[in-house]
Amino acid sequence: MDLHEAQAYLQASLHEISEAFQKVPGSAVLIRYIQSSYQNDPVRSAIELILVIFFVRYLLSPSYPTHDPNYVKLREDEIDELVKEWEPEPLVSPQSALQEAEAEKVPVIVGPTGPKVKLANGRTVTNLASYNFYNLNASESIKEKAIQTLRTYGVGPCGPPQFYGTQDVHMNTEADIAAFLGTQSSILYAHAFSTITSVIPCFCKRGDVIVADKMVNYPIRKGLEASRSTIRWYNHNDMEDLEKVMSKVAQEQAKKKILTRRFIVTEGLFEMVGDCSDLPKLIELKEKYKFRLALDETNSFGVLGRNGRGLTEAQNVDSEAVDVIIGSLSGPLCAAGGFCAGSKDVVQHQRINAAAYTYSAALPAMSAVTASETLNVLQCNPDILIQCRENIRAMRAQLDPRSDWVKCTSDPENPVMLLVLKPEVIQSRRLTIEDQDRLFLECCEESLANGVLITRLKCMPLIDSLGPLNADVNIQPALKVCITSGLSKKEIEKAGITIRHAITKVMTRKTNRQANLSG
Amino acid sequence: MPRKISIPFTGSSTMSQSERPGERRPSQSRGNRLSQFFSSSPKAKDQLSAQQALMAMQNNSTPSITGPGLSLPSISLSTVATSEPHADEPPKTIFQPTSSSETSLQKRFEAQFGPLLHPTHRYVSKHHGEPLQAPVIDEPPYYYVLTTYISYLLLLALGHIRDFFGKRFSKKPLYRTLRAANGYAPLNDDFDSFYTRRLKLRIDDVFARTSTGVPGRFINLMDRVSDNFNESYNYLGTTTETLNMSSYNYLGFAQSEGPCANAVEECVRRFGLSFCSSRADAGTSDLVCEVEREIAAFVGKPSAMVFSMGFVTNASSFPALVSKGCLILSDELNHASIRLGARLSGAVIRSFKHNDMMDLEKRLREAIAQGQPRTHRPWKKILVAVEGLYSMEGTMCDLPGILNLKDTYKFALYVDEAHSVGALGPNGRGICDYFGIDPSRVDILMGTLTKSFGANGGYVAADKHIIDKLRSTNAATMLGESPTPAVLMQILASLKIITGEMVPGEGEERLQRIAFNSRYLRLGLKRLGLIVYGHDDSPIIPIALYNPAKISAFSHEMLKRKISVVVVGYPATPLISSRARFCVSSAHNKDDLDRLLAACDEVGDILQLKFSTGIAGGLKPLPEGVSPENEAAWRRANGLEGVIEAPRWSLEDVIALGAADAKVRLR
Ligand SMILES: Cc1ncc(COP(=O)(O)O)c(C=O)c1O
Repeated sequence: MDLHEAQAYLQASLHEISEAFQKVPGSAVLIRYIQSSYQNDPVRSAIELILVIFFVRYLLSPSYPTHDPNYVKLREDEIDELVKEWEPEPLVSPQSALQEAEAEKVPVIVGPTGPKVKLANGRTVTNLASYNFYNLNASESIKEKAIQTLRTYGVGPCGPPQFYGTQDVHMNTEADIAAFLGTQSSILYAHAFSTITSVIPCFCKRGDVIVADKMVNYPIRKGLEASRSTIRWYNHNDMEDLEKVMSKVAQEQAKKKILTRRFIVTEGLFEMVGDCSDLPKLIELKEKYKFRLALDETNSFGVLGRNGRGLTEAQNVDSEAVDVIIGSLSGPLCAAGGFCAGSKDVVQHQRINAAAYTYSAALPAMSAVTASETLNVLQCNPDILIQCRENIRAMRAQLDPRSDWVKCTSDPENPVMLLVLKPEVIQSRRLTIEDQDRLFLECCEESLANGVLITRLKCMPLIDSLGPLNADVNIQPALKVCITSGLSKKEIEKAGITIRHAITKVMTRKTNRQANLSG
Repeated sequence: MPRKISIPFTGSSTMSQSERPGERRPSQSRGNRLSQFFSSSPKAKDQLSAQQALMAMQNNSTPSITGPGLSLPSISLSTVATSEPHADEPPKTIFQPTSSSETSLQKRFEAQFGPLLHPTHRYVSKHHGEPLQAPVIDEPPYYYVLTTYISYLLLLALGHIRDFFGKRFSKKPLYRTLRAANGYAPLNDDFDSFYTRRLKLRIDDVFARTSTGVPGRFINLMDRVSDNFNESYNYLGTTTETLNMSSYNYLGFAQSEGPCANAVEECVRRFGLSFCSSRADAGTSDLVCEVEREIAAFVGKPSAMVFSMGFVTNASSFPALVSKGCLILSDELNHASIRLGARLSGAVIRSFKHNDMMDLEKRLREAIAQGQPRTHRPWKKILVAVEGLYSMEGTMCDLPGILNLKDTYKFALYVDEAHSVGALGPNGRGICDYFGIDPSRVDILMGTLTKSFGANGGYVAADKHIIDKLRSTNAATMLGESPTPAVLMQILASLKIITGEMVPGEGEERLQRIAFNSRYLRLGLKRLGLIVYGHDDSPIIPIALYNPAKISAFSHEMLKRKISVVVVGYPATPLISSRARFCVSSAHNKDDLDRLLAACDEVGDILQLKFSTGIAGGLKPLPEGVSPENEAAWRRANGLEGVIEAPRWSLEDVIALGAADAKVRLR
């Protein structure tokens, strides 16, 4: 193709383009505008042209900078070298000595769980480590119901709730929970542990304010992290401090004339401490400062109150006054999964916005039915709660006032008794958190050797996730003794004595004393 | 609607509403000597390990397939199940007249797991050597794209107008949560819930349809109507049995009969309902240890741990593996659980284009060269997270490609096999099995037990030292509940069926049926002219719908034809590519798939869904004497280069030729 041809071709195509352009409606106006503006003010059209070019460039550029300002441009061979040199750390670090010891000592139960369990080493021991407070796990009639459900529904629902995973049994159980608690509505999650981690980010977004107790458990912390909201902390169960924090938030927002969602997040029975919240006061404050309240009843649902309805029943608060109640069906209720109860709006919003609900398979029908059945038992048979509380009292009498070493931080009605070392013991021996944890591990071992299975509060995940920034959160390792109504008072007392002696024996062990003298 | 809770143990409890007692097989009819032994001596019962309970089930079911089944190369599952409850009777022959209870039992069984119609309807799911190609994405004529955009524009505009006036003037409860009221900020941002209120609510009746019974081959939907535009539903009390193309029941283990369910029943009697404790406290039983061992052996890793939810498995594993100073490179289409886990870990997260190895390499080079932001310190670890099979796309991850990069760039690899374990590979062992890759080359294999195994929960499998460490750092194991006995036994029993340890032959049949079904349906849909996404061997088969109105229309039309399908639109997919998704199962047989194809043929015409161009497959077969190798030469000789005929096969041809063509390379 020689030059002339090319020129002719170019002209022809230019002509075509201009013709096509003139056919576009409105093009004449545009041309006239450009012409006249150029005549009047060539500088202006130059500026306009620059603006247009800038605008187009802006539109085409990526919406965020691809490289941060201190991006270093390297040659390919330099990158190759860097790639060759780079040595990643191993995927996981080796286990610490304590972790290794702990892993070795995890008790393996053979057969069903219950007040007495058989261990892999062939011994039968008293089990004070499960949340099987009312021994509903052994109920033949509930098992029969579960099997009937199995024979109608199979095991897994094979799909998330939004895609055909919702079954009629789930709706029934949701209605049962709502009726039991006296809320408008409730929603079932397939896993108790992760329920609150999903509920919090569903309502709290960036910019919202959450006021939380310093001692909240691990899943709440993760939920708070995932929400990206502004978090304010108040001292554990300190209502004055809470009010201070709340009024400060309210003032700040009033000054800036903004109104964001404001939540209080706390627990019914604290997993890390065992004590319970003052709900009437919380309600009073929340209404005064216009906060919403999210109450994690994972450890109190099925435990507190005449029928086990949780903190609301125990402290005579209308459950509708609490905006969001989160609970577990997997502990004393012997089913699986968790739930969130509240108003219709609160529940409906979660059905599409809560990650662990929308993106995970529904709860197996058997577990949903089991939950309904065990709720029934609590509702109609509150005597088992009374029996359990008697056992708690019996155990407490053996441990709390009589031990030189430990004290119980749990609420008197909490079947999970957390025993922490007394401050003077920690001080005089200068025990670090690791030391305390190790001592308790030894206590568990010693107690198990004498036929009583107990466990420790697993506080390391939480402490590790806190990092050095939150050093003021005073989480203490603890022994965990879980009471069950499946044992007689005599048996409980006997077990209590065993535990007390085990603690004493460990604490007075020569090695432990020496370690601390030298430390 | 709160219901009164009824008195316990009187029989008139929650269950009685939903359950049709006539349907349940009386469990006593299995005169199993071992189970009598169990119930008569509680001491001995405790000494039996889970292994023995399984053995009992095995012994119970084995005699039944020695009858008509074992002499044949393929064992029909229907035979196993129907004769299984009558294990003590002599094996019945085919010609023996069956009693009416037996036929109803058989019908019930077949509603959960269809009989195999022909022994050739099987295929081995396996990759054939050459590098994995990204599936060709076909596009419809511009008309559809344009109308899709216009539809959304209209919907959005209408929604905003309604919101604008509604929020100011309406007293409807719909707006209650959007307005600040007596000092409280609105419960949800209107921006956040806009999509739910204005787009989803219009077609809400195609989502969350309530079902009852087993989500097997068929699924029973509870009929419902709404008289307030989908804000609430009234249940009519009737059910409709529909063909189930929606559940993740890949291997058909959603069953209430058969060896798995029997094992679970036995297990509940023995172990009760729950372990009522976290794994680290007192929730570690011999049963869970055995399940972990079996899973590890199944996926080909030295060690494994199980969780009671797949979502949490991801959400808690990332924080346990990586932390500040580490980098997670995550496929842009990864599941929400991976994204949540990554976010909670504190590591820096970057995403790369879906399955794009060039992009991944580019990002790896940049990451290693630049180091951490600001400080330029080298990254502590780089973790690449991908899924084996993507649940919305039907694509498989390019594992060979990633492993090539892994050798150079030394990153750690985390593969989520939620959908691929069980569903892919000649032995059902997932994506590594499918590609014939040694699982030891992948650092972490994660998967869920919710799907192929018909149970619930997830697992993580890796080297022993990694799992040991994770056991003491993974919060969900330390603090979360352990899986229930029923779920564990379902996992164990289905695993043993897949490996052939229990009911030999059945696992193989299940694996080969899903592989055949997947290819057959995919080929059929392509030949009908629909746009199909994903790789050929994937049991997840999405088809493109485009216009938002077609989302609900497709679902309704399918429901009219008694087929339940999953439909998804924005925001689960890109704005314009709304789709319907079929999940193929081993429980389907060719008749079911033909029924679906016929429905798609009709609905495709009604809704104008047949817009494929042929570039993605479904072409006419080559003429006699032309093999795929010399297709190019043949095209050149006949002047057909670049000419692609849009596939619009007739239904008869699709059905007649599909079974044979599905087993050779799809075109
Ligand atoms: C890739 C992926 N990972 C994890 C999950 C969560 O599994 P589960 O339903 O068992 O919670 C899913 C389920 O949808 C998934 O698709």
